[in-house]
Amino acid sequence: MTILGNYFYWVVIFLMMLGFYTLIARANLVKKLIGLSIFQGSVFLLYIGMGKILGGTAPILVAGTGVRYSNPIPHALILTAIVVSVAVTAVGLALTIRIKEAFGTVEEDEIHEHDEAF
Amino acid sequence: MEAVIHIALLALLAITAAAIIRLRSLFAAVMLAGIYSLLAAALLVALDAVDVALMEAAVGAGISTVLMLGTLSLVGRKEKRPVRQPILPLFVVLVTGGVLVYGTLDVPRFGDPGNPVHQHVAPRYLEESIDEIGIPNVVTSVLASYRAYDTLGETAVIFTAAVGVLLLLTSGPPLSRRGSEARPAATAARGAAPLDDRVILRVGAKMVIPFILMFGLYVQFHGDYGPGGGFQAAVIFATAFILYVLVFGLEDAQRVLPPRVGYVCAALGVLIFAGVGIVTVAEGANFLEYGPLLGDPKGAQVAGIMLVEFGVLVTVFGVMVTIFYVFAGRRRLRP
Repeated sequence: MTILGNYFYWVVIFLMMLGFYTLIARANLVKKLIGLSIFQGSVFLLYIGMGKILGGTAPILVAGTGVRYSNPIPHALILTAIVVSVAVTAVGLALTIRIKEAFGTVEEDEIHEHDEAF
Repeated sequence: MEAVIHIALLALLAITAAAIIRLRSLFAAVMLAGIYSLLAAALLVALDAVDVALMEAAVGAGISTVLMLGTLSLVGRKEKRPVRQPILPLFVVLVTGGVLVYGTLDVPRFGDPGNPVHQHVAPRYLEESIDEIGIPNVVTSVLASYRAYDTLGETAVIFTAAVGVLLLLTSGPPLSRRGSEARPAATAARGAAPLDDRVILRVGAKMVIPFILMFGLYVQFHGDYGPGGGFQAAVIFATAFILYVLVFGLEDAQRVLPPRVGYVCAALGVLIFAGVGIVTVAEGANFLEYGPLLGDPKGAQVAGIMLVEFGVLVTVFGVMVTIFYVFAGRRRLRP
């Protein structure tokens, strides 16, 4: 049971590795950025999952005692991280557009060929 | 019961992610990535992170998808077939994943209240924030008061991203600028109202946008008592304007909200946030320690949080609108 109790982390690791694989194996820059956002999303889930208490509730205080709240700190951290991740995506996409305009392609190996031809 | 929901949502996430990786059509991959974000938001609700879920739904399924689609319209929507077998990346990924799974064997059990992560500062926030800060949403207390310094940094990072995108995409090659001047009439006609013939979309958008703005206001001002706050509200506001651009065209939208407003907002919010800190320092307290803002310490906390959240709202809204305008305008600049 203790081993099965970590199913959450395993799926998160699977998602993380899918994102990581896309990032290093795919040549298309837009696809790489999609992979990066899957990777980022899995890290967010990892943090939030660590703060989860089974049987708990959202950390918005209600009257009465005996209510168990999940940990609010990962929530505060990841909230800002999500905004930063969209900022990262936007800058990455902007770079992709400039690369397309300069090289005429967004495939990594073709960009390398162009680069060496110079 | 909770575990069943977790497993179902995690399985859906894994399937969606695998489908995204396999797809060669980037358009389909981007749309699936939006669904992936929505599923992630549902999972975040199941994990009690309601504030984060709101953010993920607005950012991941909304703004990211729109930016990606805007990029696809400029760089093409097909991914080429790979020339070589990805053996080395596969090996690296399998080894890394294996090491991480090995690491989880020592990790404290998922969802156990006795885990070390719940023993340090979290109980103090949960037990004393209502007396110290006076608002029920602990996430807002942590974000805007206990760790306001961090949040100021994040706000500045977002502002920097807007500057980066502006530098990258508004200083284009001179060729593209000439192209737009040569054909102003054609681009104006094309860009003015891209969905002129879609009556249902136009009427529907007109009806929905006021409610989106209203919801944004609710999320902003109810953020102390329920899920929400400056970050979420700003993204929701930006979504309303993005919808306006998509349906009515960039020209009309820029008449409603000129790009300059976006630039000013992006900088103004950081100024408000840092300004609150400087006022507190001038009053003799620490940076962003709201105590001296008002006579009553709890009232001062609430006032400080409100000001800081307003700063976040203004910056994030300005940045999102600026970034979107730049992406949408890039197409018109191209020859």
